[in-house]
Formats: sequence, structure tokens, C-alpha cells
Amino acid sequence: MIPMTASGLTQIVLFLLVLLLAVKPLGWIMARVLSDPADGQQPVLSRGESWIYRICGIRPQIEMTWVEYSISVLMFNGVGLLVVWGIQRLQGWLPANPQHFDAVPNDLAWNTAISFATNTNWQAYGGETTMSYFTQMIALTVQNFVSAATGIAVLAALARGFVRNTSQTIGNFWVDMTRSTIYILLPLSAGLALLLVSQGVVQTFEPYRTVTLLEPTVGADGQPVTTQTLALGPAASQVAIKQLGTNGGGFFNVNSAHPFENPTPLTNFLEVISILIISAALCFTFGMLIKDRRQGWALLAAMTIPFAFLLICCYWAEQQPNPQWSSLGIEATANAEHSGGNMEGKEQRFGIANSTIWAVATTAASNGSVNAMHDSFSPLGGLIPMWLMQLGEVLFGGVGSGLYGLVLFALIAVFVSGLMVGRTPEYLGKKIEAFEIKMAMIGILIPCAFVLIGTAVAVSATVGKSSVFNPGPHGFSEILYAFSSASNNNGSAFGGLNANTPFYNYALGLAMLLGRYGVLVPVLAIAGSLASKKITPPSAGTLPTHTPLFVGLLIGTVMIVGALTFVPALALGPVVEHLTLNQVPKAP
Amino acid sequence: MLLVMTGITGVLYPFAITVIANTLFVHQSRGSVLTEGSHSIGSELIGQAFTDPAYFWSRPSATGPVPYNAAASSGSNLGPSNPALQTAIHERVQKLKDAGGSQTIRIPVDLVTASGSGLDPHISPAAADYQILRIAQKRGVSEADVKQLVTKYTEGRQLGLLGEPRVNVLRLNVALDHAFPLKKARATE
Repeated sequence: MIPMTASGLTQIVLFLLVLLLAVKPLGWIMARVLSDPADGQQPVLSRGESWIYRICGIRPQIEMTWVEYSISVLMFNGVGLLVVWGIQRLQGWLPANPQHFDAVPNDLAWNTAISFATNTNWQAYGGETTMSYFTQMIALTVQNFVSAATGIAVLAALARGFVRNTSQTIGNFWVDMTRSTIYILLPLSAGLALLLVSQGVVQTFEPYRTVTLLEPTVGADGQPVTTQTLALGPAASQVAIKQLGTNGGGFFNVNSAHPFENPTPLTNFLEVISILIISAALCFTFGMLIKDRRQGWALLAAMTIPFAFLLICCYWAEQQPNPQWSSLGIEATANAEHSGGNMEGKEQRFGIANSTIWAVATTAASNGSVNAMHDSFSPLGGLIPMWLMQLGEVLFGGVGSGLYGLVLFALIAVFVSGLMVGRTPEYLGKKIEAFEIKMAMIGILIPCAFVLIGTAVAVSATVGKSSVFNPGPHGFSEILYAFSSASNNNGSAFGGLNANTPFYNYALGLAMLLGRYGVLVPVLAIAGSLASKKITPPSAGTLPTHTPLFVGLLIGTVMIVGALTFVPALALGPVVEHLTLNQVPKAP
Repeated sequence: MLLVMTGITGVLYPFAITVIANTLFVHQSRGSVLTEGSHSIGSELIGQAFTDPAYFWSRPSATGPVPYNAAASSGSNLGPSNPALQTAIHERVQKLKDAGGSQTIRIPVDLVTASGSGLDPHISPAAADYQILRIAQKRGVSEADVKQLVTKYTEGRQLGLLGEPRVNVLRLNVALDHAFPLKKARATE
């Protein structure tokens, strides 16, 4: 029997439909914002923009080589990282700290600083118990914007690599970053934030509020508890950008499972659409920037098809009752009155369907926010988010970073097919040669290597194993998930793992740095190299890259690399757990 | 550049949103707090723990040190194969059965599994139905009366499509106290 419900499937279809409908209008706007200055189409769009350049001493018409562009990115993110670290260490003395939180410990502060500068937003901390309002806004919200803008900027630079003919430069990072922030991220976030508040997401600078309980309870110490303290804060403004910028760092500990961060099914729908909307629309933008929209649509198809398939699989897995519960007298088959399935760690207002849409979207993108606890997902339901991250987050992926990651795979795909027919591979009018392929391989393999090496080190060391929460193969999954998430800049977690230890804070911090810049710099190198080449007009021997054949080839490349690299590791964790769980149903 | 960006996205943006939000959405932006007279009795978005059999029970909560601690949200993070999860569910099933109102129907899964936030304000309509007989007995009223109240506080899918049907436990219990006050029922017992 298929346990999925009509309502669940309808919500999945609706989600995909709205997402795809938004691609063209948003993609068109973003293409206007990011258009190539060499085309003379990039006037300074507002007085505010020129004001920013004047204050910062930036001359927007000055172009950068790929090396200069990379250095700008690294410097900007590096300074940002230090500032985030410094604010956390000093928050005890800084204003807007109504709960009087002390300085964040050093290892945790480094981890969080790296996490937000690299667009990972891994949370080893609990928001409402660690970070002051000042830290949340000045340190974290700012990095949410600029780390996302960095991703978009690098994608725009890559697009220029394809369209420019024997050019040494690929644009100006400061201009790309500023425009992405003020014309794309800021207006979308402001609109979304207000919609969220209207539904009940909190946005205030008042301290936490105390209310009287209807029924007093007894605390762990035996004392009666008659009140409840409601954690508040300027959440909506941060939630909006953490969704749109594929950041994912929640205002509260449980992220978008928290009713003040995601109070209704409508906010859930808006937030989950926001995870993918920019990444999806950037495909269309990319198509416009390279002056061949069909290529953009082909890339979008290569993202959407496996995404939809894996989404249905995950929904199916979570809607199954846990076989271990069969003897407990629980009703876990869905009907009109309840959603059934694996409800541990999920919220009633979202049910199974919305929790799985979110889990798949957040890991397909590099978002990492959650609206349900992934650690409590069924073994196969948890395998899918984990594998999506391990694929390199190229099925939509992070804003900018997802698409530039997929372009790396596209280079590999044309290279492999070029080998088969014995011709020099070409992609989007440029010859793909040894340098590009080397860089693409580095960009693809660095995160993969760090997932596996990091996991291997952690499971071999006592400090790694002592953080594990759940016994058996699931404990291994927790560690594998953590390194998959950090190396691919996702940020979601199997939350049982106690990642707030010096070992994990530093190891995962390193994984996040390598996973981000080990891909970003090779991409810029490819952009620079391609820009310096002549445009090759397509000939009879050129493999067309907008056809269903090529889409299939590209999906195949992504899947084969992902499967070959990670199936053995996945077999040790979720696969073993699934088999044992279904084999011995027993009552406790 | 970082300074300017901090000014725009870290100061101007959140302050502007706060000002607009506090003007347009006074109730929502400050936690959707329910009041009775001058008392704040909870937020309509944040659940509370109930153990008295005369109240509808919320979903289990994994927050510490007390359940439904709204200053430290948390899920259980128990994996599907963890024996501790099976034990916890088994205990919750027993507790529900011991509370009275014997039922032939099986317990809906959401009533014995911990929510993601530990603050889930809702239960499924099925989970409310399961508890009606118990409430009716404890309060000395008819099942139909309680059922009517549950139906009144059942929310359908938002826009007829999104999410899942649900019942807000705190609001239902507040209404329950108004309609069928506990003290009177206790006195006549």
C-alpha cells in the first residue's frame, strides 16, 4: 500500500508549480541587475548605489581579473569573519543584550564566525540561549546578506567568463556584491519579513516576556513552575534573509520548527519557497547573461527532475509508520483527522508532507534551516537529505553557489562526452581544456574528500565519538551528516550530535572554509580562463547542451559522482539502520 | 564596505522592519500573547504542558528543564532506532490509558511523539477526539458538549490547502474552563 495522502501530494505539486512559475519574472529582474558592464547595460541604478561607491572609495567601472576578484572575495569574507568573531566575544559589553548573555566561548565563536561568513550557518549554539539581539543583527544578519550576495556575484562573474571574448577581466566584485544585496536580497527580504510578522513571527527589541501558565507544573527540582518565559527578538527580519539567502541560521534553537519563527502553514510555504526561489531563478538569469536562454532552462531541468524524484521518495519514507511502534497501540496511518507517519520531531501544523518538502529543499539548497528534527527522521527519510548535501548541493543549491557548482558538473559532462567521440569539448561557446577540467575536478572533489576524511577521523577518535547521542548505526549517521553539512556549507544537522565541543567546532569550521573557498576560487579561475579565450562558434561537431540528451547526461554525471563517492559511507549508516529497524519489530 | 553593508542590512533594515511591524502588527510582532483581564495567560502560538486529566493534553515536549520551556526550544533528537524512543512512547501510551476515558480507538501518533520545537501549540483533531471522553467524565458534562467545543476550535488547512488540520490546545483548554468550570465540577463530584 502506498502511504502517501492526496493532500500531501497536492502540496508537493503546488510547491513545485509556484517555484517554477516564479523563475522567469525573478530571473529576468536579476539579469537586469547583474548584466555585463561590457555591454553598457549596467548603469548605476540609483542615487543610493552611487552613494555607497563614493563612501567606500570604489570606482565601479574598474574591472578585475579573476585573481583580483578572488582576493576581494577572500578579503571581504575574511574581515567579516573576524568582525563576527569579535562581536560574539564582546557581546557582554555591547548594547541590545536584554538577557545579559556573556561572551561566546572562543571555539564556538570561531565556528559561528566561519559558519556565517561561508554561507553555511551551521548552528553549534542555541540562538535564544547564547546570542544577544546585537549579535543576531549586527553580526549574523549582515553576514546572511553579504555571504549570499557573494555567491550571486561569483555566478555573475562566471557567466561573464562565457560571454566575453579574449578578455582579461570578469567584472567588479564590489559592484556585483552591492547590487545583489540592495536590489535583490534586501527588497525580497523586507517584503517577506513583513508577511511573516503578519502571521505571527516576532519582531521586537523587548526583553523576553513572562506569562502565567494555565496549569502549573512541577520543575525538575520539585519546585512548582507557574510561569512560562517567551523568548522574543527581532526574528522576522533575520528569518526572511536566512531563507532567501540560503543561509539557514535560525534565530531560535530549533530554527523554523519554532512557532515564533514559523507560526502557520502559510509562513511555512513562503519560507520554503524562499529557500529555492533565487537559486532556481538564477538559472534563467544565467541563460539571459550568456545570451542563450535555452541553456538556462536545461540547467533548471537538470535540477528539478532529480529534486522532484527525491522529494517524493523522502515523503514516502516519512509517511511510513515506524515498524518498532506496531505493537504499542498507536494509530500512525494517515486519515482526514491526522497526518500519521513518523511524527517524532515534527510539528502538527506542518505534518509529514510539509516537513519533508522542507527537509529536501533545505538540503538540495545550501540552506540548512529546518522545520523538523532531521535526527528523528526515518533511516531512509534521513538518507535523502544527507545524500542531497553530498551531491555538492547542485540541485538548486545555494544562491549562486548551486548553479556555479552545477556548471562544474556540466564541464565534466561535456568533457566525458568529448572523450567518447574524440573531439575537443566545448561548453557555451568556449573550448574546455585541461585547466578548466582540473579546476572543475578540484572544485567537485574537495568537499567530497572532506566529508569522508572528516567522518573517518571523527569516528576513529574518542573526542569524535563521545559527542554521539543515538546508539548504533544512527550514531555514525550523525557524524556523517555533520561533515556532509559543513563541507557543503549546508548547516542543517542531526541535532543529537553535541557539536559544541572544541573538536567539532574547529574540525567543522575547517570543513566549512575548505568547502566554500575550495569551490569558489576554482570557479573564479575557470571564469578568468574562459574569459581570456576566443568565442568558438558552434559547428556540426559541437554537442548541443540545451537538449534533453544533455540534461540526462548532466543528471547522470551528478548522480554517478555522488553515488560512487558516498554509497559505501551511506551503507554503514542509514542503510544498515533501515534494514535492522525493519527486521526485528519488538515491544520494549 | 563592510561598515556600509552593516549599516544598511544590520541596522537600517531590522529597525525599519521593527518599526513597521510594531505599527501594523502590534499583537503578532510581540508574541501573539493572549490576555484575560490584565493577565497574560500565554501565547496563542506557544503550547503549554498539561497533565491534569480534566484538560486536553498537548503533545510531548523535549525541552529542559521543564516541558514547554519557551526560552530554550528543543526537539528530542531521538533516532528512529533508539530504544529510548520506543520506551518513551510506551510510557506515554500507558499514561494516556491510565488517565481514564477508556477508548477502543488507537492513540494518534502525534499525541505520543515529541514535537520538533518542544513548543507545538497544536494537536491533531484525532488526538483531541481521543481525549474527549476523559474530559467529559472529569468535568461531568456530556461528550457531545465537549465535542462541540473541539469542533469550534479545530482549524482546517490554511487557505483550504496548506498544512494539516489542527486544534490549539491552550485556547481549547481556556474555552473549556469558561464553558465547564473545573471547580464546580469538582465540588459536585
